Amino acid sequence: MCGIIGLHLRDPELQDRLGSLMTTMLQGIIVRGPDSAGVALYGDTTRVPDGHAAVSVLHAPDDLAEAVAARLPDVQGLRVERAGETTVITAATDPDQLAKAVEAAAPEAMVIGQGDDSVVYKGVGHPLELAEDFRLAEATGWQGVAHTRMATESAINAEGSHPYAAGTGLSLVHNGSFSNYASIRRELEFEGATFDSHNDTEVAARFVSARLDAGDDLEAALVALAERFDGFFTLLVTTNKGFAVARDEIACKPAIIAEHPRWVAMASEFQALAHLPGIDEAHVFEPEPGKVYAWKREGVMTGADR
Amino acid sequence: METETMELEATSTGARVFDLADTDVRELNSELHAPSARSYVVQNPRGAHAVAAGVHDDVEVRIEGDVGYFCAGMNQRGHITIEGSAGPGVAENMMSGSVRVKDDASQSAGATAHGGLLVIEGNASTRCGISLKGADIVVHGNIGAMSAFMAQAGRIVVCGNAADGLGDSIYEARIYIRGTVGELGADCIEKEMRDEHRAELAELLRESGKAAEADDDAYLDGFRRYGSGRTLYHFNSDQSGSY
Repeated sequence: MCGIIGLHLRDPELQDRLGSLMTTMLQGIIVRGPDSAGVALYGDTTRVPDGHAAVSVLHAPDDLAEAVAARLPDVQGLRVERAGETTVITAATDPDQLAKAVEAAAPEAMVIGQGDDSVVYKGVGHPLELAEDFRLAEATGWQGVAHTRMATESAINAEGSHPYAAGTGLSLVHNGSFSNYASIRRELEFEGATFDSHNDTEVAARFVSARLDAGDDLEAALVALAERFDGFFTLLVTTNKGFAVARDEIACKPAIIAEHPRWVAMASEFQALAHLPGIDEAHVFEPEPGKVYAWKREGVMTGADR
Repeated sequence: METETMELEATSTGARVFDLADTDVRELNSELHAPSARSYVVQNPRGAHAVAAGVHDDVEVRIEGDVGYFCAGMNQRGHITIEGSAGPGVAENMMSGSVRVKDDASQSAGATAHGGLLVIEGNASTRCGISLKGADIVVHGNIGAMSAFMAQAGRIVVCGNAADGLGDSIYEARIYIRGTVGELGADCIEKEMRDEHRAELAELLRESGKAAEADDDAYLDGFRRYGSGRTLYHFNSDQSGSY
């Protein structure tokens, strides 16, 4: 199965409540994916202060902070936080530089996400316990995504947990399974992409990332994905600029969208949306088979490319 | 108009109330499976799964809100009204009785239902009436893609439009659509609307709460009938070399 929730806040007054709203939403999808979970948060300035980058890694060594600091002697504000299996390194630099320093300092660690406004966490275990590891309830920000996993296409481990965050600020979560991902993976590897797991969803994330790098917007990238990938999918893809949902032509993986003047939300099931403020006035609908639905963030800050 | 609803409201004065904000679905369903009352009201369903599934007695259940998966599944003899939207598989495998959804229904509404009447006053999503086995479904709005897939028996009435793939590999279910139809599924064809079809269409509309429309010849004229071309019934030896 797998469960997905996503919340894109239009009303800045709700931003203090992002994490508490997402925690309630998460409870509606636990049964769909009890083996692992992951979260991507956008705009939590206590986690990713302005002018800082955040890099999330698995298998971080104990001395990661010192090792990274040694490679970035001029960078201020280096901080390391452990959240279950995920370790988040933040520093006053750009995401690429920080990610490169982390990879060089700790080759055994695996980078699972990088952003200048966003941060990713994932792990194996009960979603509510993981939410505590990730301090989800206290999160703030303008956008968030969570996924609960019931593994089918690769092992139950943190690497196989969603979201897949390829490229700065991109997060992709998936309910379903792709059937032709091995071929697409070979093509992407030929073009220079590297992979961290054997997971089908990672291929989709790298594909979308490559399309965004080539100049597509999120909607165009997902239309291209739907043409290239076979299989079953309901996808929720987020970037620093927005929020998009795509479903395959068969559409057997559930999805429901609720749109309200104060927010846009997506979930696998209505019960995850039932407690959102103003849900009774929201426009609630099922995304149609084979279509891409995208929302752009208004007033996105300049210089934040993805 | 809406006679069933008025009847239900009139009889629900002595109804037993279950508030799912502080009672779990299992407790509700245990009561419904061995009912001590004839009429029930369910409050705050908030998308819960399997609400009023497995009812097998002459009870009326009014659900005040939106439900999740498999609401009123396997219903026998119960009369269940959902005053909101329904998740996937509402009234799946219903045997008899009736289920009414006041808002939209998600995918696979009425799947494999053998008997009874399912009314959806809003729209139904994909695969409505998949593998239908004898129940009747009336949708006042539109139905999604791949509806009536392999439907064997029963009737489906749609006052709005049907999306692509309608009636793919259909057997003997009869489909009446008033609006547009996307691409028809394999072996689904438009068929002649004879007097007996018009009569059963009017009767189904009436039962669904559209009495005025059922008496309106011009309204009935808008419907077209679809069913099986019967070319997929048997294995065709001409293609035996393909396997």
